Amino acid sequence: MILRFLSQLGRYFMLLKKVFSKPEKSSVYYKQTMHELVYLGLNSIGIVAVVSFFMGAVITLQTAYNTENPIYPTYLIGLGTRDSILLEFSSTIVALILAGKVGSNIASEIGTMRVTEQIDVLEIMGVNSASYLILPKMIATLVFNPFLTLISISVGIVGGWLAGTFSGVITSEDFIYGIQYAFIPYYIVYAMIKTVFFAFIITSVSAFHGYYVNGGSLEVGQASTKAVVHSSVLILLFNVILTQLLLS
Amino acid sequence: MIRVININKSFDDQKVLDNVSVTFEPGKTNLIIGRSGSGKTVLLKSIVGLHDIDSGEIWFEDVLFNKLDFKDKKEIRKQMGMLFQGSALFDSLTVEQNVMFPLNMFTVKSTEEKIERVNFCLNRVDILNVNELFPSELSGGMKKRVAIARAIALNPKYLFCDEPNSGLDPITAILIDELIKELTEEYSMTTIVNTHDMNSVMEIGEKIVFINEGIICWEGSKNEILHSDCEILNDFVFANALAKQLRSSENK
Ligand SMILES: Nc1ncnc2c1ncn2[C@@H]1O[C@H](COP(=O)(O)OP(=O)(O)OP(=O)(O)O)[C@@H](O)[C@H]1O
Ligand SMILES: [Mg+2]
Repeated sequence: MILRFLSQLGRYFMLLKKVFSKPEKSSVYYKQTMHELVYLGLNSIGIVAVVSFFMGAVITLQTAYNTENPIYPTYLIGLGTRDSILLEFSSTIVALILAGKVGSNIASEIGTMRVTEQIDVLEIMGVNSASYLILPKMIATLVFNPFLTLISISVGIVGGWLAGTFSGVITSEDFIYGIQYAFIPYYIVYAMIKTVFFAFIITSVSAFHGYYVNGGSLEVGQASTKAVVHSSVLILLFNVILTQLLLS
Repeated sequence: MIRVININKSFDDQKVLDNVSVTFEPGKTNLIIGRSGSGKTVLLKSIVGLHDIDSGEIWFEDVLFNKLDFKDKKEIRKQMGMLFQGSALFDSLTVEQNVMFPLNMFTVKSTEEKIERVNFCLNRVDILNVNELFPSELSGGMKKRVAIARAIALNPKYLFCDEPNSGLDPITAILIDELIKELTEEYSMTTIVNTHDMNSVMEIGEKIVFINEGIICWEGSKNEILHSDCEILNDFVFANALAKQLRSSENK
C-alpha cells in the first residue's frame, strides 16, 4: 500500500519532469495554450459566477442571522462577508468546483487519448506527448484561475449585497461601509497564492490520472473520478498548510 | 532496413516476446502474422520504442535504436509513420488538421505549402472533399485512409501498420492493403504490417514472419507459406474452410 503510493508519487514527479522539458515548437504550443485558455478558462466563468453569487448571498444571510444582536453594528455583516469570501470561499470552494469541472475534463480528455492510442501517435512522431498535452493546460489554468478568483470575489460580494439589502438584514450603506472597513490588501495576495497552488494541483493531478490510464473507456471514467477525488483532497490538505504558512 | 536481435519482453510474469530475431528489408512489405494475442502488437510497439524491451537490440540501419536517449530517438522517429489498430486520429482536429499536424510540428513550411502537401497526401489515399470533417464523422475505412495520409505526410522511411484492415469489409480491406504496398514501393519504405488476415497475406506479403506465443516459428514468402512443414502455421493458414478444401483437392 505504502509502496504503491510511493511508486505513484515517483511516477507523478517523472511526469512533471517530462512536462517541463523544453517545448518542441513554441508556435504550436502558443496556439494550444490559447485554445486551452478559452476551453478551460473562459468556459469556467459561468459556473464560477453562479456559484460565487449564491455563496455570497448565503454568507451574508448566515452572518446576519447568526449575529442578530442590538449591540453588534450591522456593517460587520459586510465585513464578515468580505473576509469569508476573500479568505476561504473564492479560493478554496471555487478550486473544489473547478476540480470537478476542469479536473474531470482534463483526465477524461487525456485518458481517452491514451486508450485510443493518440498519445502513442504523438510519441511515434517524436513529440513529447506529456509536454504537448499538459503544459498548455498548466499554463492556461495557472494564468487564468487568478482571474476566476477575482471574478468570484467581486460577484460574491455583489451577491451578498443584493441578498442583504433585498432581505432587509442590512442597509446598502452599511454593507458598503462594512466591506471597506479594516480592509487588509494582503488577503487578496493570499487568495491569489492559494489559487495558483490549487490550479497546479488540479491540472497536474488530473493530467497524471489521465496520462497513465490503462485499459478502455471504463478505466477512463475511473481515472476522471480519481482525478476529482484526489485533487479535492489535496486542495483541502494544502489549504490547511498554506493557511498556516501565509497567515500565521 | 530494420534488424531485431534477440529481444525479450515480459509484462509482470507473462513473457510476451521470447528471443525474437528478425530482419525487415527496405522497399518491401514485411508481414507479421499470428493469432490474436500472439504478441504482434507488442513486437511492433517494441520495435518503434513504445514499449521498453527487457533485453535485445533493435537496429535502424546502423543505429542501435533502443539504446538512444529521447532526443536522438526523436531524430529517427521523425522518419517513422505508424498506422494504429484503431486509426488513432486526433478527435479534436479536422481531417485536414490531422494530416497537417506533423507538418506543423516538424517543418517550417508556409501555410500554403502545408495545405498543398496535405491535399497531396489525401489525394494519394483517395480521400476527397472531407478536409473539414471531424474523425467522428468518417467511416472506419476513411479513418484508416486519413491515418495513412497522416503517417506519410513527412515522407517517412519506415511505415508501421497494426492490422490496417481489421474491421473493414473484404473489398475495402484489399484496397487498403494495396495502397500500403504501392506506397511502400513508390517511396522505398521499409514497411512492417501486422495482420491475421490470410487475404492480405496472399495479396501483399513479400516477406512473412509467423509469430506464435511470442516465438517466431517461421519466415518466408507467400509462395512458400502454403507448403511449410510448420504444424502451427498450417493450422493458421488453413483455418479457413475454403483453403482447407483447396489443399485436400491438391493433395489428391
Ligand atoms: N500493456 C500491456 N500490459 C500487460 N500485458 C499486455 C500489454 N499489452 C499486451 N499484453 C499481453 O501481451 C500479449 C500479446 O498481446 P498483443 O496485443 O501483442 O497481441 P496481438 O498479437 O496484437 O493480438 P491481436 O491480433 O488481437 O491484436 C497478450 O496476452 C496481452 O495480454
Ligand atoms: Mg494487436
